[in-house]
Order: sequence, then C-alpha cells, then structure tokens
Amino acid sequence: MIDFEPTPEQKEAIKAAHQLAEELFRPISHYYDEHEHESPQEVIDKVWEKRQEGSLFLGLDTIAALRVEEACWGDAGLYLCLPTPGLGGAAIFATGTQEQLQRFLGNYNEGEPKWGAMAMTEAACGSDTSAISATAVRDGDEWVLNGEKIFVTAGKRAMENPDGVVVVWATVDKSAGRAGMKSFVVQAGTPGANVEKMEKKLGIRASDTITIVFDNCRIPYENILGSPEVRKIDKTKTAGFKKAMATFDATRPIVAAQALGVGRASLDFVKEVLEKEGIEIRYGLPRYKLSALERDVIDMEANYKAAKLLTLRAFWLMDQSLPNSLEASMAKAKAGLAVTKITQKAVEIMGPLGYSRKYLLEKWLRDAKINDIFEGTGQINMLVVARRILDYSREQLK
Amino acid sequence: MISFSPSEEQQMIVTMVKQFANDEMRKVYRECDESGDIPARVIDTAWQLGLVSTSIPEEYGGLGGEHSAITGALIAEELAWGDLSMTMHILCPALVVYPVLEMGTDEQRKKYLPAFCDEKYRTATAALIEPRFGFDPYSLSTTAQPDGNGYVLNGQKCYVPLAADADLLLIYATENGSSQGFIIEKGTNGLEIGEREKNMGIKALATYELSLKNCRIPKENRLGGSKGCDFGRIMNCSRVALSAMAVGVAKAAFEYSRDYAKERVAFGEPIAARQAIAFMLAEMAIEIDATRLMTWEAAWKLDRKEDATKEASALKMYADDMAIMVTDRAVQILGGHGYIRDHPVELWLRNGRGFATFDGMAIV
Repeated sequence: MIDFEPTPEQKEAIKAAHQLAEELFRPISHYYDEHEHESPQEVIDKVWEKRQEGSLFLGLDTIAALRVEEACWGDAGLYLCLPTPGLGGAAIFATGTQEQLQRFLGNYNEGEPKWGAMAMTEAACGSDTSAISATAVRDGDEWVLNGEKIFVTAGKRAMENPDGVVVVWATVDKSAGRAGMKSFVVQAGTPGANVEKMEKKLGIRASDTITIVFDNCRIPYENILGSPEVRKIDKTKTAGFKKAMATFDATRPIVAAQALGVGRASLDFVKEVLEKEGIEIRYGLPRYKLSALERDVIDMEANYKAAKLLTLRAFWLMDQSLPNSLEASMAKAKAGLAVTKITQKAVEIMGPLGYSRKYLLEKWLRDAKINDIFEGTGQINMLVVARRILDYSREQLK
Repeated sequence: MISFSPSEEQQMIVTMVKQFANDEMRKVYRECDESGDIPARVIDTAWQLGLVSTSIPEEYGGLGGEHSAITGALIAEELAWGDLSMTMHILCPALVVYPVLEMGTDEQRKKYLPAFCDEKYRTATAALIEPRFGFDPYSLSTTAQPDGNGYVLNGQKCYVPLAADADLLLIYATENGSSQGFIIEKGTNGLEIGEREKNMGIKALATYELSLKNCRIPKENRLGGSKGCDFGRIMNCSRVALSAMAVGVAKAAFEYSRDYAKERVAFGEPIAARQAIAFMLAEMAIEIDATRLMTWEAAWKLDRKEDATKEASALKMYADDMAIMVTDRAVQILGGHGYIRDHPVELWLRNGRGFATFDGMAIV
C-alpha cells in the first residue's frame, strides 16, 4: 500500500528532534558559525545526556533520516558535531562483521561522548576513490598504515576522544587497482595517526574537518572491514570494492536528509516573513496569474518535496534490505542540487535581510552547499545514476 | 507507515494496463496522430478493462470497487506511456462519472451512472477551459444564472474532448461567484458544438469548441444539487490525473532516447557513453521518478479526503515543467532524427508541451 503517513514512533522522533533543534541548536547557531572551531560543549553534553531516549541520530534507517532532517533544520554544522558513529559507523554497519560491530560500536552508548569518522579523500584524489595512495601493509598480526587523508569530517573529535573510530581507506596492493582498496578501523589514540590541519570552510563551520597523517600506524589485523583477499581475476567485478562502495548506499541518503533540513529551514523562514507581511501564496491559481514571488516559493516547495520523497524512497528500500544504489544516488543528487537552489533563492527573495549575517539565510546557503559536495559530488551521483539507467560499467561510461 | 509499494491489486491492474498500452496503443498511436482518428476497437477494448466502471457501486450496475486516486494515477501513467490522445479518449467518461460518483446527489447517481456500467463505451465529457487570455478555473466567464426552476447557461468553452459525440456534458460555470458543475444532455437547446479543434499535439483526440447561448437546464442538473460540488477537489483530482499522464509521456520519451543513445555511435562509441548525453538521461530519470512520487503523495491525500490544493497545484506545475524538459531532451538526444516524424519523440514533445494547458481534461 502506498502510504506517506509516518508511524507514531516516527512522529515522536520527528517531534523530539525538532524540539532539540529549535531549543538547543537555533539559539547558538549564529555563535558557532562566527566562532569557527570552538567546541559547542553544551550541545554535545545535552545530546549525550539524552542518548538513552531512543539513541538520537544513531542508525541508517527512515527514522534516523527523519531525525537528521530536523536536526539540520536546527543547524547542520552543530548536527555534524554531535557524538555519533558518523560515516565511520555507517561503514562498519554496512560492511563490518557482527564481531566488529560489537567491538567498535558495542559500548557506544556508555561512558563519555564518542565519535566516528571516515577518512577517504586525499590531496590528489577526491571522487576517484580508486586512486587512493595510502597504503596498508600486513606485518604479522597487524596492518601498517601510511599516507595522508584530508577532509575528514568530525575527524578531530573521533581521533582525540576515547573509543573514537576512524574508518580509513587504503590500498593493500596498488597494482590491483580497485580490488586492492580496503577499509580499516583505526581507534582513537593509536600511535602513528596524527591530527594535522583543521580546515577553514565556507559553511558548517561548527563541524571540524581535518587532515590525518598516518606514519607507520599499526592496527590489529582484525580491523579490516570485509575480506582481505585481493581478487584480480576480473578487474571490473571487484567484490571488496563494491562492498566498500555499498557504504555510500547508506550514507548518501543520510546526506540527502541533512540537505533537506537546511533547505526547509530557509523555506520556513521565507514563508514566515511573507506571512508576517500579509503576502499570501495563492496555490491553485493558473501559473500566468501568479506573481514571480509566488512561483518561486511554489517551485522551492516542489523541489524540496521532490528531494524529500526520493530520499524517503531510498530509505524505504534500505529498511527492507533491498538494493538502493540507484535510488540513493538519485536522492543525493536531487537533494544536493535542490537545497543549493532553495537556499540561494531564499537569500534572493529576502534581499538585504537575506545577505546580512544578522539573520541565518546566508549561513544556510553556505551550509547547504556542502551537501552537493561530500559523499560524492552532485556530478558523481549523476554518473552513478547514469551508469545504472544505461546498464553501463565504469569502463563504458567514464 | 511510509511505503512506496502499490497494493497487490494495484500491481495487477498496472500489469494489465501496461500490457494493453504496449499491445494495443503502441501499435497504432503514430498513425492515429497522423490521421487524427482512433480506431473504435481500441477504445472499446480499453473500456472493457473496466478501468472506470469498476468503481461504480453495485447498486448502479458497477463492480463496487473502491474509487482511489492512487489507483487512478497508476492507470493514467501506464496508459499515457502508450499514448496520450488515446488515454484522454479512453478516460473521458470519467470526467462525468467521478464527479457524479463523489459529489452527485442520489438522484444524479441513479440517473447517470448505470449507463457507464455497460460493456460498450459511452461518450461523456466535461467543459472547463475557455478560449480567452487569462483563463482561470476559479473565475469562469461562462455563467449559470438561476432562473425559475432551473439555470440558464451562457458562455464559450474550448478543449472539450469528444464533445460532438458526448451524450452527457458536465459544464463548469460561475454561479454566484464560485465555479460549479452543470450536467447538460446532448441536444439541449442553446448548446452548440463548434468545429473540431486543431492543436499542436494530442492530435488523435477530437476536441471541440462549444458555445452556450441561453441554454436552459432543470435545477436538478446542478452537480451535487443544492449542496453543489467541491470544485477545488475536482481541480485537484484533475491535477493528479494530468501529472500522472505527464509522467507516462515523459517515461516513454526517456526510454526511447535512452535506447537510441545506446545504439547511436559517434566518434567510435555510443553517444550514451558521453557524459553530456548520459547526464541528460540521468536528470530525466530523476525528475520522472520525483514527479511520480509527488503524484502519489497528492493522490494519497485525495484518497484520505484531505485538502490537497497545495500539493496538487505545486505538483502540477512541477509535472508541466518536467514533461517539457524530458520530452525536449529526448528530441535533443536524437538530434536531427528527433525532429523527423519517423521517430516518435517529436510527438511526445508536442503532447508534453500541452500539460500546462490541459486544465480539467482528465480526472482520477
């Protein structure tokens, strides 16, 4: 049955997350945007304190997505600071064994706040993850990691707080290309993993984005996610790489949900101002009778809705453990682009109020943009969609 | 619970309609567009699928199935994938059946519905659009003036599908400031059906201008009797139907251009292997899916009897744009071949362009 009604549990989750976003995030949103790299301790403590009430922001299912949207409606930068297993956790969920899940995330809810992160991008490779140059070499019961990773979201918190985890992508055999690409879990405090540069960014400034340098960093052999085997028989069908890429099927819709939150924040603001000004959006009128402003607002709403439904569909498939690679990339590509446009339009519509740092519209424009970039740029996701609908391999459609 | 899966029954209907669209409509649609004529056999076969009559209650001779906007949207998409002109022809009687079913008085239901439960297609239609600049469904120039025991209708309508053959016409007119529906039978004095229209697209569908000159009808012919009809809901049901059809037309154009792009070789490889083409196709696929999901959501609201004005009108504008974008790109991907009538994409572009115009020409 086609249905769009959230369950009572989901509605409760939306409500709780929205309240948190409104009461905790919004009042300090401006401050942490202006004070880059300062830690929003009150948010971290409060969310950590509340974690027992239904493990806020944990998981990769519809309910998590609904929560994430609300949180990012509050503030996307603060959301990214929250103690969560993050993208590293997502990779462990998607590709780890039960034993690994237990070992790395089993005590997630206990003790002090914990973070997870993913280290994939390198200075010389972003979207082309198969060109990764960081290496993992087996030495007895250990792997030895070497290389430099950049743009690690929440990496500082994951590396510097007890029980943090960073999932690191490295090659075990450069000559094997993609087949040699593996992911490894590095736990906080491991010698040889050093946090370096903290990036200064366009938006999501409360969130830390760092460089990690691995210098003969030794981790247990069992910390590899997926099979250590390198299959060279068929370069195009590399199970290990595909499994690793499956992480994206889970994380891309989450980024879409983040995007939706920022987009809706802008949209809500615009609609509130218009209402205060007594400007009504006359839904149902023929297009040629609507003002340009009305058309813009309706278009923004439709784009938001389009992205939202694509996102919910990707999660609906994931909830049932059905393949969702195509749908995940559709959602991510659409949401990233839609909210980039929505937040820009909101700034435009509000004129001097939009551009001023007195309000949050310009911040939301800056925050929104990252969703069209991380976890695969809009273009990479279009490429994934294109390959799927054309039934083309990477070699056939580059 | 949020779900994107049609029910088993809906899936069976979709399979049946998809097969009909493929086996019957796709065989003849091109000739129909050229000749302006649809074989009666195709219409009769379609009617016998019971797509409209199923939801007429048993007491009026129907099957008493649930009338659902979601099911209607699923059907409309599949049919429109086959051909838009034929779809509008096949579903044309619904323009009278559904408003009477949902909003008619008991007498109206008893009087009009049984005729649509026959095996044989019976023509009925509705007239909403007016031939003027600034046409607005909510402030129609056509008027219904109460007069004694009835109403007097005056005005001009256009884009009235099958008007020349229709036994029943539902005319929308302004009465006391709001839009209401009035049922007129064929041959009523003052009702004049004009020449068949010539349009850019939907060329196989016979549409007409008509005029109402002091056309007098009894007061019991007002849709919904003294209560009247919920015109806003009728418009929303129409928006959902047309958006679903826009998705169907776009899907046809997308599939054809995708397959062409994989076949057509330039510079030593299929043009689909180039991002310039592949990205166009990816965007087409994304927007088709997004519009379908929005159509389902608005239909779902209608099925819950909630006000769907906001969803349906935003959806309709989105679907109008999507249909133009997708069908235009399909022509573009085929290049010069897309412009030639040997390929169907130019037909889909002409049909797709029309959605922004087709107010009230279909309903779920």
